[in-house]
Amino acid sequence: MTQKATTTLKNEALVDEIVTMYPPKVARKRRKHMVPVAPGTEQKIEANARSVPGIITQRGCCYAGCKGVVLGPIVDMVHIVHGPVGCSFYAWGTRRNQGRARKGGQNFLEYCFSTDMQPDNIIFGGEKKLRKAITEAYEIFKPKAISLHATCPAGLIGDDVVGVGREMSEKLGIPVIGFACEGYKGVSQSAGHHLANNGLFERVVGRDDVETDKFSINMLGEYNIGGDSWEIERIFEKCGIHIVSTFSGNGSFAEMAKSHNAKLNIVQCYRSINYMAEMMEEKFGIPWLKVNVIGLKATSKSLRKIGEYFEDAKLSARIEEVIAEEEAAAEKEIAPIRERLEGKTAMLFTGGSRAHHYQSLFKDLGMKTVVAGEEFAHRDDYEGRKVIPTIKIDADSRNITELKVEPDPKRYNPPKTGEEISRLKEDGLLSEYEGMLPDMMDNTILVDDITHLEQEMMIASYKPDIVCSGIKDKYIFEKMGIPSKQLHNYDYSGPFAGYHGAANFARDIDMRVNNPAWKMIQAPWQKRPMIKAEMMVETEKEILA
Amino acid sequence: MAKEMRKIAIYGKGGIGKSTTTQNTVAGLVELGKKVMVVGCDPKADSTRLMLGGLAQKSVLDTMREEGEDVELDDVLKAGYGGVMCVESGGPEPGVGCAGRGIITAINLLESLGAYEEEHDLDYAFYDVLGDVVCGGFAMPMREGKAKEIYIVVSGEMMAMYAANNISKGIVKFAESGGIRLGGLICNSRAVDREQDLIENFAKELGTQMLYFVPRDNMVQKAEIHRKTVIEFEPEAVQAGHYRNLAKAIDTNKMQVIPKPMPIERLEELLMDYGLFD
Repeated sequence: MTQKATTTLKNEALVDEIVTMYPPKVARKRRKHMVPVAPGTEQKIEANARSVPGIITQRGCCYAGCKGVVLGPIVDMVHIVHGPVGCSFYAWGTRRNQGRARKGGQNFLEYCFSTDMQPDNIIFGGEKKLRKAITEAYEIFKPKAISLHATCPAGLIGDDVVGVGREMSEKLGIPVIGFACEGYKGVSQSAGHHLANNGLFERVVGRDDVETDKFSINMLGEYNIGGDSWEIERIFEKCGIHIVSTFSGNGSFAEMAKSHNAKLNIVQCYRSINYMAEMMEEKFGIPWLKVNVIGLKATSKSLRKIGEYFEDAKLSARIEEVIAEEEAAAEKEIAPIRERLEGKTAMLFTGGSRAHHYQSLFKDLGMKTVVAGEEFAHRDDYEGRKVIPTIKIDADSRNITELKVEPDPKRYNPPKTGEEISRLKEDGLLSEYEGMLPDMMDNTILVDDITHLEQEMMIASYKPDIVCSGIKDKYIFEKMGIPSKQLHNYDYSGPFAGYHGAANFARDIDMRVNNPAWKMIQAPWQKRPMIKAEMMVETEKEILA
Repeated sequence: MAKEMRKIAIYGKGGIGKSTTTQNTVAGLVELGKKVMVVGCDPKADSTRLMLGGLAQKSVLDTMREEGEDVELDDVLKAGYGGVMCVESGGPEPGVGCAGRGIITAINLLESLGAYEEEHDLDYAFYDVLGDVVCGGFAMPMREGKAKEIYIVVSGEMMAMYAANNISKGIVKFAESGGIRLGGLICNSRAVDREQDLIENFAKELGTQMLYFVPRDNMVQKAEIHRKTVIEFEPEAVQAGHYRNLAKAIDTNKMQVIPKPMPIERLEELLMDYGLFD
């Protein structure tokens, strides 16, 4: 172990010390990905860049982003992984996205579909086997739609999943959507999100025209980990807000096909789904609004923003009633826990927007987030949308197709007048995300695509009470004697969204942070010395002799 | 004690005459009483046509596809002219799958089936490899010492020499890990001006030798149409003698080197020196 910083350093000094551990070129690169936060100043961070080999990144691949994050949670589609069975481990819902069949509908989340490519398929091409797999899945399950996901080997040998999808769509008469999401594309999962957004937008959204309620919305970027979507749905329904479709937790192909009829898109995980929000606005005229439904105050604020958008006195009044009732109930549960958590500190290392969202929830619990970072964020996730025009387009981002979207001649139907929408945009309500930097406090660090060394040194310096991350590093923290909570899959718990979720989270964090077991963890060398040595002092005479 | 089998790979630019040269030379080795195996490493599976009197061979990969894991050596190995053991690795249709991975799989299978074992009492195994070294799979015979000796078929044409220089780079790459060496250049003449001088000097620059100069002779084409090597088709022909000489040259060749590939500018200079004079 190479950690050097064991005394508490001020954020800037710590970052400077960390980079001295790297070779000069790596140090220059990594320094740009770490921001010692200075509130009230304009700060810049480097993001969405290639990871440095050898630094041990937590990132996943394009396929993980496309299949694992965006498409996988859709319950009534069959998702076929075209690749060897190892990659197909992720054909299984390892993120704990939960889902239920709609009345009389289908749910395939319990199944894994893979073409299980063999050496033979690599040598002679795997398209034939893919066609066979599609036919077989269709005959057994009769799904409404099928998605196909390319893994690295399928891409390397030139198997055309998009082409096969098109061909099989015609043959079977259902959408079979191919995603060329080979793992090597882009610099992280982020490329996969974009590809998935493009595919869903082109092939699913806008298929089914229906009438929707006055206060109908789509929930974008909510993946129903541990049942989050259901808690959010409960709150919205209570307010009288109707969800047409969720992208994509407990998502449904049939509902997504209707989503263009909603009156508003709310965006939770901005990073993975902002493409969809923007494209739907351009094509169908539906405005979008950034929310955060993680944390009591954040959830209430988001509900009020939705009320503000609809400009309906009755709805706003109802929202206030719900907030009062729900906050009081949650507060009753959280208050005694807060007494035990007040003043403790947390570190958040997540994939995308969660490192921002969970800061609100920790604040509700009286805890400070001292270090936060994301695996695959872009600069706008950290610094806000104002920096978008200044983001450099490089070869990696150019690899992912940016769709050209135009207003739909029949379906472009903005729910408000142009003036109203521009006014709400100017007020910062619509099409706005300020990023997570402005919400971070003094003497904290924002770090992009964190490395193992950086984690160790920051932990040694800040000595946090809990580190929230994923399965790749969870047990490293626990071996260091620091409890860890996974925010990718919530370990075995949830929901954490909304009001009930906040109370669940408070209980979970309390159980970890205040568990005395962590203080008892000692490595063998901390109990007894591993090497013994004796010091011999020679006299001057002996030396001269 | 069993004799040491020499494992030889023949590389060279596409269309330079690798398969033709290999098989004609092998016929010469057979006359010297040698026991030889030819492994075709080309998805077209035409490297043993002259040995077998036609494309009668079922490739390793085709057999694998049909028989699954239960392939036996006899399924893929066929005796041709003079008892030469013939194998074709085979591969996918153009534009599909991965031919390189196919060659890797085929060679590994041959090894696990014991094609190289002592009971076959082989003096030589020849790998006839498709075109330039286009990807990892086509370098397979060089990797892990599957072949120890490389001969490059070349002519006095610029692109053939360019390819030979590139292949030499591949040899350097594997020379340390795989212990492979360049045995020499075989000039398969295209009757360009001062070809012999040019290739001799090109070889010297590469740190190797021009092992043999095979003149251009329409006899080769004639024999090929009859699906035979020149030695089998017209044993008394002058060209048959050349192939016998080449076979002897390989059999007695002691010069095995790590080549020194040159920058493209130097290659062009060589062409200026030898190729340009009116």
